[in-house]
Amino acid sequence: MTLTNADVQKVARLARLAMDEAEIESARSQLTGIFNLIAEMQAVDTKGIAPMSHAQDLSQRLREDVVTETNQRELFQSIAPQVEAGLYLVPQVIE
Amino acid sequence: MTWEIVIGLEVHTQLSTNTKIFSGASTAYGAESNTQADAVSIALPGVLPVLNKGAVERAIKFGLAVGAHIAPRSVFARKNYFYPDLPKGYQISQFDLPVVGPGALTILVEPLSGNAKPYEKVVRITRAHLEEDAGKSVHGDSQGVTGVDLNRAGTPLLEIVSEPDMCSASEAVAYAKALHSLVRWIGICDGNMQEGSFRCDVNVSVRRPGEPLGTRREIKNLNSFKFMQQAIDYEVQWQIDTIENGGKIHQATVLFNPDTGETRAMRSKEDAHDYRYFPDPDLLPLDISEKWKEQIRATLPELPQAKRGRYIGEFALNEYDANILTSSREMADFFDAAVDCLPSQPKLIANWIMGEISALLARDKLEIGNCPVSAVWLAGLLTRVSDNTINVKTAKEILDGAWGRNQLFAKLIQAQASIDAEIESKGLKQVSDSGAIEKIVDEIIAANADKVAEYRSGKDKLFGFFVGLAMKASKGKANPAQLNDILKKKLAG
Repeated sequence: MTLTNADVQKVARLARLAMDEAEIESARSQLTGIFNLIAEMQAVDTKGIAPMSHAQDLSQRLREDVVTETNQRELFQSIAPQVEAGLYLVPQVIE
Repeated sequence: MTWEIVIGLEVHTQLSTNTKIFSGASTAYGAESNTQADAVSIALPGVLPVLNKGAVERAIKFGLAVGAHIAPRSVFARKNYFYPDLPKGYQISQFDLPVVGPGALTILVEPLSGNAKPYEKVVRITRAHLEEDAGKSVHGDSQGVTGVDLNRAGTPLLEIVSEPDMCSASEAVAYAKALHSLVRWIGICDGNMQEGSFRCDVNVSVRRPGEPLGTRREIKNLNSFKFMQQAIDYEVQWQIDTIENGGKIHQATVLFNPDTGETRAMRSKEDAHDYRYFPDPDLLPLDISEKWKEQIRATLPELPQAKRGRYIGEFALNEYDANILTSSREMADFFDAAVDCLPSQPKLIANWIMGEISALLARDKLEIGNCPVSAVWLAGLLTRVSDNTINVKTAKEILDGAWGRNQLFAKLIQAQASIDAEIESKGLKQVSDSGAIEKIVDEIIAANADKVAEYRSGKDKLFGFFVGLAMKASKGKANPAQLNDILKKKLAG
């Protein structure tokens, strides 16, 4: 699979990453390397092997439905750039 | 030219757990902003999600209730998108291996058009998956900034996806109502639509009969059945008009404006559906054993459809009565509790719940869940109706009086004692002494010679007039059947 700079630009935008031309070029070449590795792996015959969704062959531990967390708003908001009336403030988003 | 309407629903039900799906923060509604947003909810670096057993149990319960396949192994995935109310930059959801697989729900559709009959329909459920809710954006308080409240972030949701099996707004609403009733019935969701515990997205398209599916538009976030009906009606007409005027439907997400009654496309986000799902490496696959599944199955209450069938089969109720009595868990519980106390009279109990009790509830804008008289009390009252101690008119008066005094007895023996004491002290016993009734009738006949003559000359309608007088003279306590007999006999002369 060949990646174009436009592909990289699109992914960068989805992830809200600002990248200049040089960064896009270098990311494209690194990503192409990753895709080549994937292509190599896809060439392996995996017929009859169940796909894994996790590298460890374990199952999820579950938590009892009991409240364990207390209100730490003040602590958490002490590192937020801007807060008001208990709300975290971010640049305006309009739907 | 006719058009076919095709509708499918995606419903987000908020699960009634104490805590969030991936952390031990409370999910109580209405808390002060961000006081329930713990380190996981606000996505501080380094935190890890730990799955809530209660959320999984509720998902399994739902799956069993719709006869669905429960996945022995399901997987959580990251759905990536960028928005400030989602501080991780992704929502943890399920993609190709959801916890609940294909199932079905039988719904009862009441068509809007006048004389069309209600009918049953099976709606297939595609899947239901667990996911976390996002936070809330608060717009407009300050210039140039948006406030974010992450209390809701991480609240467990079960997203229930249907097949596009509905072909009218009535069917879509009937499905949503049946689902709403079911999730409350099995106790996995409080169903509070104002608080957003049950939110519907409706996919609508139209096509000519026999043609492939048309392009759909998705109406987002409907939180009332009335709005759903209006939104679908408007959207269907808009799509038909657009096509008939030579236009094309473009896939879009639309919002319903209740003030104008219109649907309008949201500003299109070209990347909106590029979510780049992948399995969440922070979460291992979820295993659900056969044993756990069966333990949960054992906790399921009798489901509405089974109950409906039993009411018709066992109690000889008609379909209409059975439908109303199973329209909510609270209604069915009330009926069941009363029948437990007075097993010989299910039909009498059904009539009173759907008649007197429902009318009083409607008058006072109450739900059956907070009815001022208990089911046990009603059974006690009807015990005295069925054994002819009091007549129906007196029973209604006792109910009216009790309504304002909260008769919430849980034990029949106490309810019965209280009702019997009232009957005794107020002298409400029905008069079944034929001598006494005959005396009243004789007096009336003597005092109304002219009307009696009219009656005897063929004016049958006057019979009701005599019944009224006699009832009044007995202070409403005469046994109505007996009174009718005696009146008829004496009037015949």
